[in-house]
Amino acid sequence: MASFSVVSATGMLGSGFQPESLDKAIALGAEMIGCDAGSTDGGPSYLARGGSHFSEPAMKRDAEAILTRAVPKKLPVVIGSAGTAGSDATLATMVGLVKEIARENKLNFRMAVIHSEQTKETVLRHLRENRARALPPAAPLDEAMVEESLHIVAMMGVEPIQKAFADGADVVIAGRSSDTSIFAALPLLKGFDAGIVWHMAKILECGAAAVTQRLAPDSMMAVLHDESFDVFPLREDYRCSAQSIASHTLYENADPFELVEPSGTLYTREARYEEISDRAVRVSGSRFVRNENGYTVKLEGARQAGYSTIVPGAVRDPYILAEMDEWLAQLDRSIRARLLRTIGNRKYEIVTRVYGRDGVMGALEPTPRTEGHEAFILWDVISESQELSRTIATSLSHMAVHNPIPKWHGLISGVAFPYSPAEIDRGPVYEFHLNHVLVPDDPTALFRTEFEEV
Amino acid sequence: MGAQNQATTVGDLAVLVRSKNAGPFWLTFDVMFEDEPTYRRVRDAGVIDKPTVASMFHRDPKEVIVVNHDAALAIKVSFPRPQSSGSKLDSDVYGGQQYAPLLGLPVPD
Repeated sequence: MASFSVVSATGMLGSGFQPESLDKAIALGAEMIGCDAGSTDGGPSYLARGGSHFSEPAMKRDAEAILTRAVPKKLPVVIGSAGTAGSDATLATMVGLVKEIARENKLNFRMAVIHSEQTKETVLRHLRENRARALPPAAPLDEAMVEESLHIVAMMGVEPIQKAFADGADVVIAGRSSDTSIFAALPLLKGFDAGIVWHMAKILECGAAAVTQRLAPDSMMAVLHDESFDVFPLREDYRCSAQSIASHTLYENADPFELVEPSGTLYTREARYEEISDRAVRVSGSRFVRNENGYTVKLEGARQAGYSTIVPGAVRDPYILAEMDEWLAQLDRSIRARLLRTIGNRKYEIVTRVYGRDGVMGALEPTPRTEGHEAFILWDVISESQELSRTIATSLSHMAVHNPIPKWHGLISGVAFPYSPAEIDRGPVYEFHLNHVLVPDDPTALFRTEFEEV
Repeated sequence: MGAQNQATTVGDLAVLVRSKNAGPFWLTFDVMFEDEPTYRRVRDAGVIDKPTVASMFHRDPKEVIVVNHDAALAIKVSFPRPQSSGSKLDSDVYGGQQYAPLLGLPVPD
């Protein structure tokens, strides 16, 4: 009976793990080390600006712990979604760190670097050939949306990673990858059942997140068999239960029974979870069905939506708190009238978040009432330039502090500002604006791979 | 059990209630229970269903997904975000603090 062992170093490269956990995994027979390095969790700024969520020392420390263990033993390594967003900028950062590690530790290996950043021309060509589709709830893709993108990445499936291994790579550093492809590429190449492999990959992609009680990020290991896989943590004080592993298909998915990959869909409804020891779980029964409508690659894109200046302030006066909604509506009328005289018809937006009312949930808040004895207000002015946003914010803060209420007769100071100046320039505002897939010429067509002997 | 005259709630019975982004355009909620009887009690009473969730969060019921996950002893809810993660109108980039209203849902004895 064939088996193949995979270890996931940690849930996100740079978040840390105990190096002893990898030593243990290797002693137990791990045949490849994978690590996801990306996420869209932190919002659009990483893709837009080309920065990484974790610092370079944090990413380097984790990558070094992986490479110094894997390379001498010839264990294949896959690091996917390099540097958070997987754009060329953060991929280059990651590649630079890997070379530094190789130099300092005298490691030699064949490295494949897979680019996932897309040019506007490539995306426009697919759009014009009617090979772009919207995912719900997005509107159809149009040329303007492509043109205004700061960066676009495509999320690779297993095929570009498999091709890199077929071409002799020891270490694969990939741009934006589906979290699961990092762990599924090699086992699929070795011929393991797709339903078993993709389910295993889904559990491993978050490292030790699927244990019963995680104290800190750490490694997780899986052993693939013909019709099942076994999964277990490496730290002695961690354990997996049938429920903790079953629950992990819930994490970050809209539907836990249907996990969509570029090449098809994993169905986990019939999966069985069996505790085979006090800390390991055997999983079987998932099915993978290939896409009938062909292969699709998901895009991620970010655009700029103006410049922001924020004004944080707070209210303690119970009479203002009792009339918060009317008081803010009056302020809104006053500031709009004032701005018409100073900036004319230039466009701007003021987003007002009232913490103590609906600051956290906004449109989703079932009870948008101001309660409690104080409230925090975060005004956010957004316009086409930083200078204009600041101009508006300085008027806003002045009008807010003296905005009257009927109870008091005479000039009031109704807002407590924690800072001087009250206004803080926040720089550009970004947003994810692409929620679309492309139908590529073939699964590797959108991804460019470079090899280097390190 | 809740205090006298107060109904038992989802918050009383669950071992974990959480919300999170499922990609930048969707929010997803997990309500998890310790044991089979407790999970079945909440599931079978239909405490968390499409109409309840839609009305609570001001959503269209057609865009709300509710899934009962028996192996995980969990009820899962998902719907599109009113605005994408980290965009100018968003107040919760990770989507991590949107579950609180579910905690107060009453569960029949």
